[in-house]
Amino acid sequence: MNEILDRLQPIFREVLENDDLVITEMSSAKNIENWDSLAHINLVSVIEQEFKIRFALGELETLNNVGDMIELMKKKMKR
Amino acid sequence: MQNINASSSKIASMNKLLEYPFDIGTLMRKRRALRTELSGRPTAIDVRIALLGGSTTNELKDFLELFLLDNGIRPVFYESQYNKYEEDVLVDDGLLRSFAPQIAVVHTTWVNARLPDPLAPEVEVDARLSAELARFEAIWTKLIDDLGCTVIQNNFDIPLERSMGGLDASRRDGRASFLCHLNLEFARASQRLPRLIINDIAHQSAVVGLDRWHEKRHWFSYKLAVSPTGTVTLAHSIAAIVRAVYGKTRKCLVLDLDNTLWGGVIGDDGVNGLRLGNETPEAEAFTAIQLYCLELKRRGVLLAVCSKNDPKIAQEGFSHPDSILSLEDFSAFKAGWGQKDEAIIEISHELNIGLDSLVFLDDNPAERELVATRLPMVAVPNIGSDPSNFVEILDRQLYFEPLDISAEDLKRASYYASNTQRNLVQASYGNYGEFLDSLEMKAEIRPFAPVYMDRIAQLTNKTNQFNLTTRRYTLGELEAMRCDPRYLTLYGRLADKFGDNGLVSVVVGRIEPDELHIDLWLMSCRVLKRELEIAMLDKLVKQARERGIKWIQGAYLPTPKNGLVADHYEKLGFELLNSNEQGSEWKLDVLAYTPKNTHISEDNNE
Repeated sequence: MNEILDRLQPIFREVLENDDLVITEMSSAKNIENWDSLAHINLVSVIEQEFKIRFALGELETLNNVGDMIELMKKKMKR
Repeated sequence: MQNINASSSKIASMNKLLEYPFDIGTLMRKRRALRTELSGRPTAIDVRIALLGGSTTNELKDFLELFLLDNGIRPVFYESQYNKYEEDVLVDDGLLRSFAPQIAVVHTTWVNARLPDPLAPEVEVDARLSAELARFEAIWTKLIDDLGCTVIQNNFDIPLERSMGGLDASRRDGRASFLCHLNLEFARASQRLPRLIINDIAHQSAVVGLDRWHEKRHWFSYKLAVSPTGTVTLAHSIAAIVRAVYGKTRKCLVLDLDNTLWGGVIGDDGVNGLRLGNETPEAEAFTAIQLYCLELKRRGVLLAVCSKNDPKIAQEGFSHPDSILSLEDFSAFKAGWGQKDEAIIEISHELNIGLDSLVFLDDNPAERELVATRLPMVAVPNIGSDPSNFVEILDRQLYFEPLDISAEDLKRASYYASNTQRNLVQASYGNYGEFLDSLEMKAEIRPFAPVYMDRIAQLTNKTNQFNLTTRRYTLGELEAMRCDPRYLTLYGRLADKFGDNGLVSVVVGRIEPDELHIDLWLMSCRVLKRELEIAMLDKLVKQARERGIKWIQGAYLPTPKNGLVADHYEKLGFELLNSNEQGSEWKLDVLAYTPKNTHISEDNNE
């Protein structure tokens, strides 16, 4: 879990252009600045490339926070 | 090699992100940082662009901004509401009009085409084709004639899926077939309407690959008709067109010789040892490079050589029986043992074009690095070392994107060739006036005429050096001045015994009861020091007098490039009104003026 979070940290910082950003499992678009719809597409594209996974249609809409996203990613990476 | 400090190498590596082939992953990650970096750089032009989308345009706007900033163009955007491209233009609620776009990008894709029903009879398909063309024509006409903008219109990509299989492309009611017909109609329309420019997404989607261009997930989730990956290529292409509209297309390809234009090292292998022709794969690859360069030259891109070689030996290479290019194809030829960055500066002086008009092609990474570091204005594509990729990598950078190919473009290389002859003659005259007389120059100086408007717009937007105000105007704005009695317009053409230089000078004055304010005075550097500016002033004064104007007022607005004309008005006998770091203002008494031109005869056959 922490390993994925550690890899996500620099991605979020870079994509959202905030060097001081610290994400936790509780982070979400609601409590992070700049995480708008454009940044969202960007984050998803970069994460897909970086972790060599693909999110299916609708999968991301059900997630509440970064913790949920990491759970989903773990399932995908096992396959 | 000189020291490269950390920040400049960071900038260089960031900029590589905006070069083909695109590293999409890194570009996505770094796009905000890149935007921050590029926004801090000085830009030369502000452009108002209306993005009229048939699908979501956020991604396009974002990447387009990056590519434009990278080219010194700062865009301000208007975005139509989602899929309201048609209503936004045709239903005039004043919003688009008050934004006053200079460029309108109609970002439509196949999802916006009203396709015929599958299995529809041919007459219905034909009727649908005419209706679709008419629908778009209404949009273009409104944008061009009413709002006065230049239109960049996507043609159509094709869908990935084909429910009729291969017949989709061959039956009249097939979707691929219909879109292909519509693309042909768009192409024809762009030939009729000079301010309609087609952005060829049929090609871009093929380059990216249809399966990467269309991402159904992104369409269903975000209504993105083109994937983020495809959007990078799309934005790159639109930026190249915008650059061309503002005359920032590059003009000259500077070529290395050994292992760039031919296989082998001529100094070691001799002419007969060069790999050219179709005997080996390597020879064929170099022949293909020469052929591509020749095609560029024929449509108006200048070619120059920059090679570390003995000049005589370097020239011999073009006597190879399979060499497609010959010595006459080059407007400048620099072979020697000095540094290439210095030779490139000489080429820029010799051809009177800026370093930002040059592209440098060399197989040697050390030479590329040197030129890119010392002369950051020069484009230096990373062509690698495999000659089979050189053409593709050069071609995909879109450095030489043309808007059209004018008679002017077809003759360009010969203008420069005649300049070389003129320079030779000049050397044989002691007195410059005698030299000018010997040229037997003839000028045609007249108010703007419809037939020359394209060229006038082209010259206005690309002239940087002999340009007093560096104001840029679209074809529509210049057209409006031509027809407006409150403006006095002049163009100048110059011919001499060595050939025709074409239309090379433009002056526009705004009439304010008894004063004429010169908004624009520019001239191609092709005819520098030929005293055409004096003949232009004679004519300007004559026309001003006929209108009862008493004073002519001119301004010099300095830029990094136009130092050449800082004393232009002083030399022409204007009186200085005021001067500060923003520029200087000058005044001329019309009634006291006496004509000064003695070396150019005027062609008055109206």
